[in-house]
Amino acid sequence: MADLTNDFIGIRSPNPFWLASAPPTDKAYNVERAFRAGWGGVVWKTLGEDPPIVNTTSRYGAVAYNGTRVAGFNNIELISDRPLAVNLQEIKQVKRDWPDRAIVVSLMVPCQEENWRAILGLVEDTGADGIELNFGCPHGMSERGMGSAVGQVPDYVEMVARWCKQATRMPVIVKLTPNITDILQPARAAKRGGADAVSLINTIQSVVSIDLDQMCPEPVVDGQGTHGGYCGPAVKPIALRMVGEIARDPDCAGMAISGIGGVSTWREAAEFIALGAGNVQVCTAAMTHGFKIVEDMIGGLGNWMDAKGYPATEAFHRAAVPRFVHWEDLNINHKTVARIDQASCIQCGKCYIACEDTSHQSIAALRDDSGQRRYEIKEEECVGCNLCQHVCPVDDCIEMVAVETDLGYANWQTHPNNPMRKEAAE
Amino acid sequence: MNDAPPPGGPAADRPDIQAGRLDAEALGRNFADAHPPLDRSTAVIESNRCYFCYDAPCVEACPTGIDIPAFIRSIATGNVTGAATTILDANIFGGMCARVCPVEELCEEACVRNTHEDKPVVIGALQRHATDHLFAAGHQPFARAPASGRRVAVVGGGPAGLACAHRLAVLGHAVTVFEAREKAGGLNEYGIAAYKAVDGFAQRELAFILAVGGIELRTGQALGRDLQLSDLRRDFDAVFLAIGQAGVRALGVEGEDMAGVLNAVDTIAALRQSADLAALPVGRRVVVIGGGNTAIDIATQTKLLGAEDVTIVYRRGPDQMSATDKEQAWAQTHGVRIKFWAQPRRLIGWPTGGGGGFAVKEVVFEYTRLDEDGRLVATGDTVSLLADQVFKAVGQVFVPDGLGTGAGDVLELAGERIAVNADRQTSVADVFAGGDCIAGADLTVQAVEDGKQAANAIHRRLSG
Repeated sequence: MADLTNDFIGIRSPNPFWLASAPPTDKAYNVERAFRAGWGGVVWKTLGEDPPIVNTTSRYGAVAYNGTRVAGFNNIELISDRPLAVNLQEIKQVKRDWPDRAIVVSLMVPCQEENWRAILGLVEDTGADGIELNFGCPHGMSERGMGSAVGQVPDYVEMVARWCKQATRMPVIVKLTPNITDILQPARAAKRGGADAVSLINTIQSVVSIDLDQMCPEPVVDGQGTHGGYCGPAVKPIALRMVGEIARDPDCAGMAISGIGGVSTWREAAEFIALGAGNVQVCTAAMTHGFKIVEDMIGGLGNWMDAKGYPATEAFHRAAVPRFVHWEDLNINHKTVARIDQASCIQCGKCYIACEDTSHQSIAALRDDSGQRRYEIKEEECVGCNLCQHVCPVDDCIEMVAVETDLGYANWQTHPNNPMRKEAAE
Repeated sequence: MNDAPPPGGPAADRPDIQAGRLDAEALGRNFADAHPPLDRSTAVIESNRCYFCYDAPCVEACPTGIDIPAFIRSIATGNVTGAATTILDANIFGGMCARVCPVEELCEEACVRNTHEDKPVVIGALQRHATDHLFAAGHQPFARAPASGRRVAVVGGGPAGLACAHRLAVLGHAVTVFEAREKAGGLNEYGIAAYKAVDGFAQRELAFILAVGGIELRTGQALGRDLQLSDLRRDFDAVFLAIGQAGVRALGVEGEDMAGVLNAVDTIAALRQSADLAALPVGRRVVVIGGGNTAIDIATQTKLLGAEDVTIVYRRGPDQMSATDKEQAWAQTHGVRIKFWAQPRRLIGWPTGGGGGFAVKEVVFEYTRLDEDGRLVATGDTVSLLADQVFKAVGQVFVPDGLGTGAGDVLELAGERIAVNADRQTSVADVFAGGDCIAGADLTVQAVEDGKQAANAIHRRLSG
């Protein structure tokens, strides 16, 4: 079996699956259950200064899609609502009892150096492995000048990261908010401030749904609603893109990334690691199914790595980064066309109607002599967009097949249609 | 389900036919809804299994052409009223068809999900979910067009007649439905196994259909007895005949007139009309002769009434049975035995009283097989089954009573039933026909389609 042990900025854990700072890591009881289930580490739910914040009921909204519960998840919960001393005492106890697991402590205090210094000293005393600066929370705390209100100002990100690096021996992870135009700005700021790593994404500002009877955003809190933070399977593509942006950015080189956002199975974890994450953090999937899901994450990742011949996660870490390019680098002479495997086709016609109504009219709807439906690609019309492949309900029924051309490689940068093209070197 | 009676001592010299073989609780359990409705969350999960096929095969497989992907999508989105409206627009008996259609040979057989999974979307159950919702809400999705001033007579208040009447009424015509029996509904009311249409559904659906207005229902009016086609042609602008098959086919063997030998359709009707199932007499050993749904329904229901041994005997094999595999399995899992490849030869009886009458005791069957040319032949080998009751379920026949047209026109027959063209128009231009009195599949859903097409054709004729 592949070796899943993980070293993330010097923090060791038996596997790369950490629980993100969130309700599942709110207290010793949950964290110990998680460790017994096999999780490699946790980021303890964000500590703030006393007196503790107060939460509302309800706190969650969710998107059910086609009968699947919690395809997307939304919360308006704030940071830990327990006294600081209780959290610190529990962190110390759990770290002592579970020395092989990673415990990173998420922190959020007002943007003053002395506030950060004060709490860093207290956390250091617990024996925790590191800290994560919560610059991501997009609701409630941000209105108080913390969380994403900091994460959206690169100068603040840099400043606080620097304070922390100067004040503690512990590794510093900066958790980024996706509620920003260019994720590279806060990421580079974290790097400049000396952060060892960034973690992303925190939740995306969202109104998850409207209760059409009460005419109120959900979750409904005594007849009113507010925006929350969106996460879960639906946000994975957004998170993956942002992770990749940072991973390929030369200015961020050398800074580790902890991937967060819709990681529900080993497969998403493999994708995040391939695109630059050193480990992953999970929340929604655990909140949906309980901690036991980590068993398949560990087993699934290990089996996949064995099948691929990767002895350790380092073997495929960043493996997809060189292929994550800008659009203008893509080969616009590359051509594929769809091909339908008639033997596995179930004649649902979904490819036909998708292409006919919304794309390039490249599929013929035919009937044979017995009246049997038959769908055929008109290769001369097919632009290779692969919409049909996505709407086809049968795995591997529609394949995109490369078409040989003698055009060679060409990209937009040098294309004649590009008024801003670069002249090819003589 | 299989509440066997206590081993009992039937007297050795007479049939054992008794009421009350099971108590009320067992009967209530046995005759509860055969396929309980889907709850909302199951309906959503199932509806999301639908691929929303383009030009969907299930629609083509439905005799009434219900836009199945559209209504299923409406269920998924929470537009359940819209789903029901889509169904009822194409098939006003969408509620009953959801309960009785042999979907395994129609829409669900055509479902593309069968190709790789052998598990179609449960279209019938979803259709019931949608129509139940609409009926429970008491919503009326139809409005009548302005009155046309034209009058149409519909003879027969079954699915074909009422489907025709409803569409004509919606199109603005005044319709009078003549029904021979006490209640309208036809086979929905008198001919379907009780557990397929519980809680008076047939009459609730009838009330819904009549509620659109413009339909006068006259019961106790039989063609040939109380009415003549020639009179209806005189008094109405068009006539739709939906008189079904009033006759029962005979076995044609010695002894079939003796006591204890019953027409399955009569007992099924009595069962449906019974207010107290415990009052119905049922034999300890029951033999059913036939291979259709009527045979399945009488056999299963007598078993569920408490008969100890119930055997269907069919002269051909399981593949030739007009009851579907699912229906056969339904009977078998309820303890009915199906014996194939045997045909009745004679019935042997007990003498009853002193009047020279007999009550059935035993049925002698002769085994059958197919010869080299595929013809059914008897083998000469016989087998006897003891029977306290024997039910004949070998088919119904069309009875052409009261069809004199007057005025020299001739209502032509095709084989044993009324000849029609694609518009369900007979050889007499103002007379249309549909349902079991014309050729075609003897299914509720086909009858509904006949009524619908005839109504459209009558409307064109009256509007022309």
